[in-house]
Amino acid sequence: MRHTLSVLVENKFGVLARVAGMFSGRGFNIDTLNVAPTHDPKYSRITATVKGDSQQLDQCIKQLHKLIDVLEVSDLGQGQFASRELILLKVAGDGGKRSEIVQICDIFRAKIIDVSQRSVIIELTGNQEKVDAFLQMIEPFGIKAMARTGIAALERNRKLEL
Amino acid sequence: MSTETLQPATQSTPVPAPSAVTSIKGADLFVACLEREGVDVIFAYPGGASMEIHQSLTRSSRIRTILPRHEQGCGFMAHGYARATGKAGVCMATSGPGATNLVTCIADAIMDSTPMIAITGQVKQEFIGKSAFQETDVFGITLPIVKHSYLILKIEDIPRIVKEAFYIAQSGRPGPVVLDLPKDVQQATISGEALERAMAAEMDIPGYSPLPKATDEELLAILDECARATRPVIYSGGGIITGDAQDELKEFAELTGFPVTTTLMGLGGFEEDHPQSLRWFGMHGCVAGNWAVCESSLLLTFGARFDDRITGAIAKFAPEATVAHIDIDKSEHHKNKVVQYPVHSDVKYALGRLNELIKERGFQKPDISDWTGKTNGWMEQYPFEFEDSPHIQPQFAIQTLYEETKGEAIITTGVGQHQMWAAQFYKFHQPRSFLSSLGLGTMGFGLPAALGAKVAKPDRIVVDIDGDGSFMMNVQELATAIMEKIPVKILLLNNQHLGMVVQWEDILYEGVRAQTILGHPDNLGGPEKIDSLYPNWPQIAEGFGVACKRVWKKEDLRAAIREMVDHDGPYLLDVVVPFTEHVMPFIPAGLSAKEILIKSNPGAK
Repeated sequence: MRHTLSVLVENKFGVLARVAGMFSGRGFNIDTLNVAPTHDPKYSRITATVKGDSQQLDQCIKQLHKLIDVLEVSDLGQGQFASRELILLKVAGDGGKRSEIVQICDIFRAKIIDVSQRSVIIELTGNQEKVDAFLQMIEPFGIKAMARTGIAALERNRKLEL
Repeated sequence: MSTETLQPATQSTPVPAPSAVTSIKGADLFVACLEREGVDVIFAYPGGASMEIHQSLTRSSRIRTILPRHEQGCGFMAHGYARATGKAGVCMATSGPGATNLVTCIADAIMDSTPMIAITGQVKQEFIGKSAFQETDVFGITLPIVKHSYLILKIEDIPRIVKEAFYIAQSGRPGPVVLDLPKDVQQATISGEALERAMAAEMDIPGYSPLPKATDEELLAILDECARATRPVIYSGGGIITGDAQDELKEFAELTGFPVTTTLMGLGGFEEDHPQSLRWFGMHGCVAGNWAVCESSLLLTFGARFDDRITGAIAKFAPEATVAHIDIDKSEHHKNKVVQYPVHSDVKYALGRLNELIKERGFQKPDISDWTGKTNGWMEQYPFEFEDSPHIQPQFAIQTLYEETKGEAIITTGVGQHQMWAAQFYKFHQPRSFLSSLGLGTMGFGLPAALGAKVAKPDRIVVDIDGDGSFMMNVQELATAIMEKIPVKILLLNNQHLGMVVQWEDILYEGVRAQTILGHPDNLGGPEKIDSLYPNWPQIAEGFGVACKRVWKKEDLRAAIREMVDHDGPYLLDVVVPFTEHVMPFIPAGLSAKEILIKSNPGAK
């Protein structure tokens, strides 16, 4: 089962290595990982998605709590959090294909942020389903390169998706 | 690992109090901060990246610096010191190989929850990441085996970091903290207001809260279980000792009347000749303790972690028991054994509060006389025992040591058969008396740990019960015993083999010897072949200037042990024992307590 973990840590060198080591030392593969300082630069928020059985994950979370630099750990359950991912895609798009790509981008509210003779670079923000759907549509044009931020997530207080 | 010629230590002016001077070097500031934490001894091997701190230490009037003969020696001396006192043991090595030689000791400290400060010199920051001479990424290497670690990059951070390091190492569930200190920080200077600010800096560890306390609801739920228990057992671990909760445990045991069995880490946490004691349990533990836990209906686990050497096959461990687990480390709950009552608490508080609640609430002791009749019967029927022999049995040597020291010694050990026999045939009546590498199982632990313990507790007799394999691994520390005048005793059970592996070979591999013979394979020494013994321990001891006697006749043993105990100085007693003994009882790995082997049934020899 896939879990989304939100970890608030001190913004210091070595913290990411400690957190990552806690997963790798137990044979967990981190699917996505997103790290950046919060509004208070003393702290960073790490959002990681991992797959694993619940008991193993429970152990991982407790071990994360034990790290001195970790302040909070939450395992974000289904529907209890808002999540977004940003992806950048370089897609082959010359001549007539370009307008088709633009149309698809419009539907998904994606932006074209760079264009050249043979390709375009697209920016898309969305939750996992939206990103997956977009990739499915755009794949036939030929994806040349892709970079994704991994999921960033925050716990919500009500269960309504906006 | 010294890289530069070291000057003989000269006693010059003491380290000045930092606030009283205009300018102070990083190394002096560091030593002043160690003094502020109450450090009275440091075990340290110098080298290029740490000699600056050694220079400062020569000027400290409060800190004794002890020079081991190998960095692993200094790490395990710090262990011995820490385990004997409960205070953090402090060790130091230079960068590169000095630091990597400390790694085993750091891993040992995390496994046995030993408070330890491991200081490593580091190359100057301008050389970090350049594959400089004697550079290693100590911070990176030690990440998975520390409670916490610091690479100190600025001189003004030294006072705060040292304060945090000691607090973290010693509070909550104790453990090792690594301080990696680059040489340029040691040589930098700080003065005036910046220095005052640095010294006044408060700890800043918002993610750390070391003292959880049980709620009354949690404890009352456990008391309800106790009141209706039919087959209760208390399983107490090392947490009782680190948590200083032996008095609370004893009171709780006596208030409830429940039998108590401990882990090896917990030895001395409950008096072993108390009428409710079932000694200790686990792979080579007491039959009564193992069976009692296995058949229990209520298992009260205090400060222990369901290690595989305790549980055997986890699915068959205490299969009918309702389990309560009080531990200061939440990650131990459900880690190996899923329990019904996990309680996240300092064990001293939880047991103390349980005792209060028992008295306040008019707790009725359940009638468990059938059960205690059964467990006491097992105790009588299956004591730790060994068969008599014309030679000195290793168990007999330890039993004699127990008698000659009246059970008052601090015992350290290496790892293997002798370690298990030490726990079986030396009874422990007070905490911090059995110091052994139990989680990591590091051979070579015994001698340096004994040295550290003796430095910490000069009034106690300290005996390293060792095997010839383990003893060899840190034998160089005999020099430390002489040069630093630390009068430890070594009871060496010399069987010319790696006995524990030999035992497994006998039971599981039809006695095929695979690199387990330490003596001459074609001319094996032993009690009947004294001239063939290898190596010649009395000669080695002589070379180090350590008093030594070899004993192989039963009738000479007691007098020899007496002489060792009474000798004024370090002493090695080379006791020649047969290699054919097995540690019994034995629960082979992966089996349950029901399948315990009680009597020796060796295969090919």
